[in-house]
Amino acid sequence: MTANDPAAHSDTQSDTNISLSVKNLSMQYDNSLALKNINVDIPAQKVTAFIGPSGCGKSTLLRCFNRMNDLITGAMIEGSIELEGENIYDPRVDVAELRRRVGMVFQRPNPFPKSVYENVAYGLKIQGEKSTAVLDQSVEWALRSAALWEEVRDRLHESALSLSGGQQQRLVIARAIAVKPSVLLLDEPASALDPISTLKIEELIHQLKDDYTIVIVTHNMQQAARVSDFTAFLNLGELVEYGDTDTIFRFPKEKSTEDYITGRYG
Amino acid sequence: MSRHISEQYDLELGGIRDQLMEMGGLVEQQVKDACLAYFTHDLSLAEDVRVNEKRLNRMELRLDDQCVGIIARRQPAAGDLRNIVGVMKAITDLERIGDEANRIAKMSIQIASMEIPTHQYGDLRSMHDKVNIMLTETLDAFARVNEDVAQQVIRSDDDVDEIYDAIVAQCTRQMQKDTANIPHLLSTIWVARSLERIGDHAKNMAEYVIFQVLGKDVRHPTSAKT
Repeated sequence: MTANDPAAHSDTQSDTNISLSVKNLSMQYDNSLALKNINVDIPAQKVTAFIGPSGCGKSTLLRCFNRMNDLITGAMIEGSIELEGENIYDPRVDVAELRRRVGMVFQRPNPFPKSVYENVAYGLKIQGEKSTAVLDQSVEWALRSAALWEEVRDRLHESALSLSGGQQQRLVIARAIAVKPSVLLLDEPASALDPISTLKIEELIHQLKDDYTIVIVTHNMQQAARVSDFTAFLNLGELVEYGDTDTIFRFPKEKSTEDYITGRYG
Repeated sequence: MSRHISEQYDLELGGIRDQLMEMGGLVEQQVKDACLAYFTHDLSLAEDVRVNEKRLNRMELRLDDQCVGIIARRQPAAGDLRNIVGVMKAITDLERIGDEANRIAKMSIQIASMEIPTHQYGDLRSMHDKVNIMLTETLDAFARVNEDVAQQVIRSDDDVDEIYDAIVAQCTRQMQKDTANIPHLLSTIWVARSLERIGDHAKNMAEYVIFQVLGKDVRHPTSAKT
């Protein structure tokens, strides 16, 4: 049994539904292998953290989950990723619909240069929602879920760019959840934020996992330890170790995991 | 174990281990001196133990403070975390061993005016020897993070407990025959009791070594969480 074998982790996830199931996934671009035969099951309604040094493939793997890598010329993928049992790389898959189901938040908040309200309502309008009452209700619900409503309820029609960095990031999360995805991908969501805004985002992650499957890429080990239920350590495109976060941070099985999380030379 | 990228962190961790060994060395000496003072009725040696006890307490406070400082500043994980947790627990056991040595020293002062009944110290001396070996070995296991030596210490504790039971039984029998000697026999039981406790603390420390190596808590196997 290897670290990449999902059976190796069955003890940690036997009571949990699987949201995303990655099977024999390899990816290469520009003749370099960015991901090497990854096998991992991401449990539903849990937070899974991907950690590893720069260039290890953690963001690349995250971007496979909503086919963001399709946008990279020359990227080639082998293997499969199943979202709730369906292969997302099946040619019949509607990628726009996939990205509604698998929302993504990036390192730097990227609100549209529109009002707070319009940012959150954007996805719903694209989907054809025209009812003001429905839109109002959805915007309030999404902003409340993103723990931002109280701070912006009187500024809904002001530019989103007038919000602080931390507020903008929560706005982007509100925008992502307004279209009711089942998975939220967070790519270093707090690395550009101050410590207080970071803690607010982490608190939000705790609250959101009741309703969403969350996968977070982070360089901040303590953040992974604080927010995640499961942690995967990647190095040089391989999944080195995957397990429940308590075990990974107290007694990792692999030396390279230990070296990385304790800040040692590998 | 490879080095940390932060050399300062290596120095801090090395520093607390060195100080633990220094504290361990002093504790070993305290136990030896206290028992020697008891066996030979050496009052001045007993007084030395009493004075050094205060030094041990200061070492405990300083080391504890440094460990808390490392946790606050470095947020150690995995092996580093187990290492610091192990050191913090071991400090408490070493301090308590120091307390037991102090008790033996006090006992030595109390019996100093009595005659030395050499005949009854046979088992107590052998108990003292075994406990000394346990203490040396547990410190060695800590220094080298060696699981095998730690397991050996854990096994030795059963022998010490057996000798303790034998000493208590023997002293109780002796008291019935030799009532004039009861105060001295009682002191022997108290010293044996302290040595038995020291054996338990050495065993605790060995268990922390196993926790460091295997990440497994081997204390109280029957009440382990399910």
